Amino acid sequence: MKKLIQSQQPINMNRVHGSLIAGSFLILLAIFVFILFGFGVEGEATFRLSRPSDPYALPNLVLPAENSIGIASLIIAFFGARLIVKTPKEYTVFFALSFFLAVAAFLVWATAGKSFSLTGMLQATVVRAVPIALAAMAGIMCERVAVINIGIEGMMLAGAFAGALFGSIFGSVLGLLIAITVGGVFGLILALLVVTFRVDQIIAGVAINILVLGLTSFFTSHLLKKNPHLNDAAVFKAIQIPILAELPIIGPMLFRHNIFVYLAILIVFSTTFYLFKTAYGLRARAVGEHPKAAETLGISVIKTRFVNVIIGGMIAGFGGAWFTLGSVGRFDEGMTGGRGFIGLAAMIFGRWHPIGALLAALVFGFADSLQQKLAILRTPIPSEFLAMSPYIVTIIVVAGIVGSARPPQAIGKAYVKES
Amino acid sequence: MKIALKIRQTFSVDKATFLDVFIIPILATSLAITVGLLLLLLSGESYQTALRALISLFVGSFGSVSALSETLTASTPLIFAALGIAIGFRAGLFNIGAEGQIIIGGLAAVIVGFSVELPILLHLTIVLFIGAAFGAGYAFISGWLKAFTGAHEVITTIMLNLIAFRLLDFFLRLPFIQKEGRNDPISKSVLETAELPRLLSFIDPNLRIHAGFLLAVLAVVLVYWIIFHTTIGFEFRTVGTNIHAAKYAGVNSSLAVILAMSAAGLCAGLAGASQISGVLGRATSGFSAGIGFDAIAVALLGRAHPIGVLFSGILFGALVAGGREMQVSAGVSLDLITVIQALIIIFIAAPILIKRIFPWFFPKT
Amino acid sequence: MKIELKEISKSFGPVAANTKINLSVSSGETLGLLGENGAGKTTLMNILTGLYKPDSGQVLIRGQQREFSNPRDAIKNGIGMVHQHFMLVPVFSVTENVILGNEPTSAVNRINLKEAREKVQNISSKYNLDVDPDELVERLPVGVQQRVEIIKILFRKAELLIFDEPTAVLTPQEVSDFFMIVNSLKNSGKAIIFITHKLHEVIQICDRINILRRGKVVGEVNPKKTSNSKLAELMVGRSVNLNTKRKKIDPGDVLLKVRNLHVISDKKEKVISDVNLKLHKKEILGIAGVQGNGQTEFIEALTGLRKISSGEIFYFDKNCTNFTPRKIHQMGIKHIPEDRQKQGLINEFSLTENIILNTYYEADFSKNISLNWNNARSEAARVMKQFDVRASSESSPANNLSGGNQQKLVIGREMSRKINLLIASQPTRGVDVGSIEYIHGQIIAARNSGIGILLNSTELEEIIALSDRIVVFFEGKIVAELPSNTDPKIIGLAMAGVIT
Repeated sequence: MKKLIQSQQPINMNRVHGSLIAGSFLILLAIFVFILFGFGVEGEATFRLSRPSDPYALPNLVLPAENSIGIASLIIAFFGARLIVKTPKEYTVFFALSFFLAVAAFLVWATAGKSFSLTGMLQATVVRAVPIALAAMAGIMCERVAVINIGIEGMMLAGAFAGALFGSIFGSVLGLLIAITVGGVFGLILALLVVTFRVDQIIAGVAINILVLGLTSFFTSHLLKKNPHLNDAAVFKAIQIPILAELPIIGPMLFRHNIFVYLAILIVFSTTFYLFKTAYGLRARAVGEHPKAAETLGISVIKTRFVNVIIGGMIAGFGGAWFTLGSVGRFDEGMTGGRGFIGLAAMIFGRWHPIGALLAALVFGFADSLQQKLAILRTPIPSEFLAMSPYIVTIIVVAGIVGSARPPQAIGKAYVKES
Repeated sequence: MKIALKIRQTFSVDKATFLDVFIIPILATSLAITVGLLLLLLSGESYQTALRALISLFVGSFGSVSALSETLTASTPLIFAALGIAIGFRAGLFNIGAEGQIIIGGLAAVIVGFSVELPILLHLTIVLFIGAAFGAGYAFISGWLKAFTGAHEVITTIMLNLIAFRLLDFFLRLPFIQKEGRNDPISKSVLETAELPRLLSFIDPNLRIHAGFLLAVLAVVLVYWIIFHTTIGFEFRTVGTNIHAAKYAGVNSSLAVILAMSAAGLCAGLAGASQISGVLGRATSGFSAGIGFDAIAVALLGRAHPIGVLFSGILFGALVAGGREMQVSAGVSLDLITVIQALIIIFIAAPILIKRIFPWFFPKT
Repeated sequence: MKIELKEISKSFGPVAANTKINLSVSSGETLGLLGENGAGKTTLMNILTGLYKPDSGQVLIRGQQREFSNPRDAIKNGIGMVHQHFMLVPVFSVTENVILGNEPTSAVNRINLKEAREKVQNISSKYNLDVDPDELVERLPVGVQQRVEIIKILFRKAELLIFDEPTAVLTPQEVSDFFMIVNSLKNSGKAIIFITHKLHEVIQICDRINILRRGKVVGEVNPKKTSNSKLAELMVGRSVNLNTKRKKIDPGDVLLKVRNLHVISDKKEKVISDVNLKLHKKEILGIAGVQGNGQTEFIEALTGLRKISSGEIFYFDKNCTNFTPRKIHQMGIKHIPEDRQKQGLINEFSLTENIILNTYYEADFSKNISLNWNNARSEAARVMKQFDVRASSESSPANNLSGGNQQKLVIGREMSRKINLLIASQPTRGVDVGSIEYIHGQIIAARNSGIGILLNSTELEEIIALSDRIVVFFEGKIVAELPSNTDPKIIGLAMAGVIT
């Protein structure tokens, strides 16, 4: 069975898209934007940049809907034409800008004749990006040592559950620590399965997901439903960073959050430092790229994988605790809603680099908050379709931008130490 | 051990295969159930409850004709979907998207089931065909993405599952589909002409086992033939085992990947359609009931072999049927069954673990 | 410093890889370790470097017994090895590869890159091993990668340097540079073990030669008092005919014509540019060249596995440029791929399944989509008998076979059906001497029966022994076309790109 699934490396990771295709795609996008949003739209879109109570209030950004959308689609079309004629090396920048403009046009269309808090949306983006970024960090910790961790979703769910349960009993701080520990325990289980018992990495991850889903649901119905006070943890309060929190736009976006946001940012930067500046990080990456070479230099492949996968699990546990201790305070079955998997997509999008993954997570966080905030604007788009948007973005990202990204070379392969 | 020898002689398998195919699954299942019961005790239930749970697990699955009927009814969609996952495994694909494919297939089936009026056999055939086709089409997306962009099917199928849940909710609220006078997401019921006939209604009209089970057994034979006795199956296995050798052998690996994925979706779509026209009669927002995920365990337990899938499908059907009985008579949540299933996957996938726990079953090497 | 191995034994399951091996090497000495593939050389060295633990026996350093439980212990005791397949991380810089596992660090485990770079530069200038410490290893040519490997073990203050088949990937020119490095290391007081299966190399570079056969030391020889044939006899255990018998015959009509061929690699680099060649019936055309000079991509292009960006291929005057692998196979062009484990066979499949691997769709083995296993089994039995493939049955999996038998299975599969042109890539890589003799015999017999053969091999001796005509590949171009009786030195210079 193991053999059957081992050869499932992507068939072609390095397909480079022709400039004609890329360019035509952007022109199509421009037409799409223009027809769908530009026709029949009237009035002005008002974006609020600050609350009236803010010390340094900014005026509202008011855009004439029809013209703005027209201009946006023209620019996208120009980028497309540019790509067809000549493809510069940074063609991904053109893509990114075009998508940004398309999304902006969409927002203008949705807001036309109404007013919409842009700052609130950006703030929500950061908050929503937290679990995704943490899932991506967990993924990076594991995949850099060549262990695929499909089980992040489950580890987060376990963290969320432990956070709610133990946060209710022992208080939020201890609850958070236990959630992190529980994540680490599932990291240990994954490491045992794939490193020691050489179970196919994807099967092991899927099994962990199902196991945690079953365990948390089981304990929810057998424990939490009977004892509601065990599912009622205090949520971490937002901490306003003095002065910085007062800044317009940036203040609410970055400096008025609870510790989850601040710690997540810290984790992203420490992961970067660890992987690329320290000796242990160098060894970890060597184990992911060429385990045999590492072993010949006296680096224990098995130990390195264990340590990194456990840390990955702990980060996932922390990310999971966000759902309960950082957000609503109570656990609901399956409440992670695929964020662990989206985090893996963010990891790929960010090319296995923590900073890249953070930026990718912000994109996903934006899609996530978009669907939440748009419900307020009462657009004609059904809410189910808005809810799908992060998933669709994930598929597009995984399919389209995998491009030249190169995963660690030993990924997915069990290491057999000869003796 | 004498019985063991008999079985080995009957199936003419060597000792290693015998351990692999029979002993490990049996030990894994027993161990998983044991751990599940320990968990029950851990959650504060009494020994009596645990014992009652264990007994009802068996009584509810094999204890009577109606229990057996429930077991086979529950196993039908599992067998269908797991056959698809097994085809995927053989082609080196891990289809986690059976759940979504079941939803899309079932949704399509239910729409055709209530909206079209046709003679009895024709209607049923079309309903099943449409279900299979839509399941295949939904899986085709992942297959195509894998073949032409390199997007990993595990990520895309998971995302398509999540999308399928939302699509289902959306469609079930459309006035054309939603049951009259209801506000919750629930579809109209399929016409009688689109229902799979019940097999044992001559004994008791409440016995739910339906013709879908026979179709599932037929599908087992068909899939076995395809995998091991056709050029297509040979290509699937070649691509799944060694992609470089497959290219050398002139196999069109992109086509094989797309075909295998679509075939997997076809099976899952059939699972959805047979569930709709054999058991449920209509679609609700949770009608897929995790069958697509359980089927992963079924396929693994059956070692991606159609015959293995048949038996492990029945075993999992028994777990579901027994689990329901357990819920009713011992008050134990059905989620315990999910835990047991996950443990079975883990133990099956880690035979070394089983060998360490039960060393006396295995020869020393 | 003196390192001694005493009575070392090591088995893997029922297979004894080393049996009671004794050998020793001292500072300022180069010991040659000669043996066939699978004689147990690499196992022995993996014991010495702490990767494996011996079942019994002792390792003595300066007369004191040492036990290595992991490679770190061996490194601490001054033992370093350059593996046959380099143990370098391609995406790391030279410096990162050198310091890996022994990184100079400052606070919070932060790598002190400046100090590390200086150390690398010091070693590099002290031993004349010229490398750029900041370059990524994947961008370096293999000869330079080997220098990085040497710096890596010198950085760890190795006193004993072990080289495992170090010349396999080098051009003749690079080999002589490498020998100079080995001699200068030896003169600076290092002990050296040189592992190879190439007879003339041990004679040229070593002070003493130990010969290994089936896991045992079967003799110690003074290189000054021995000959190639004597060494070969000791290595194989019987007298070996080093010169393949090859009658000269006149080639027939043109079979394959390649015109202005250009090919681009996965990384979008030009790997084949403007290659022209003709192959006749009844002719063996040898492709000589150091590994990685475009031969692999050239053969992939000929067999349809890689897209041709421009140029044309004619087979029997029919243009077959960019045909699919299947179409090409059907036309009678058969391909023995260079890596049988990766391409030629599916290890998990039975021999029968492997026999129909690329012919399963033909009328003999299938009707519509239904496979005919009876025909497949009898075909397997026939090929196995005809090509002397030794296996318990045709239903056993391919990975139960030895390398030689696997290769004979692949060759049998390709040669036993309609064939006009055989493209044989590394046909004897990693097989025993008996199988090499057999395979060479089959190739010559095929040529005598009228088949045209394109032989790609990085073993120059094999090319010279079999070919009627030789083309030399260098950096994706044919730099020389030479008759088979050319002086090997001249071929070597062409392989290094010195003469064109």
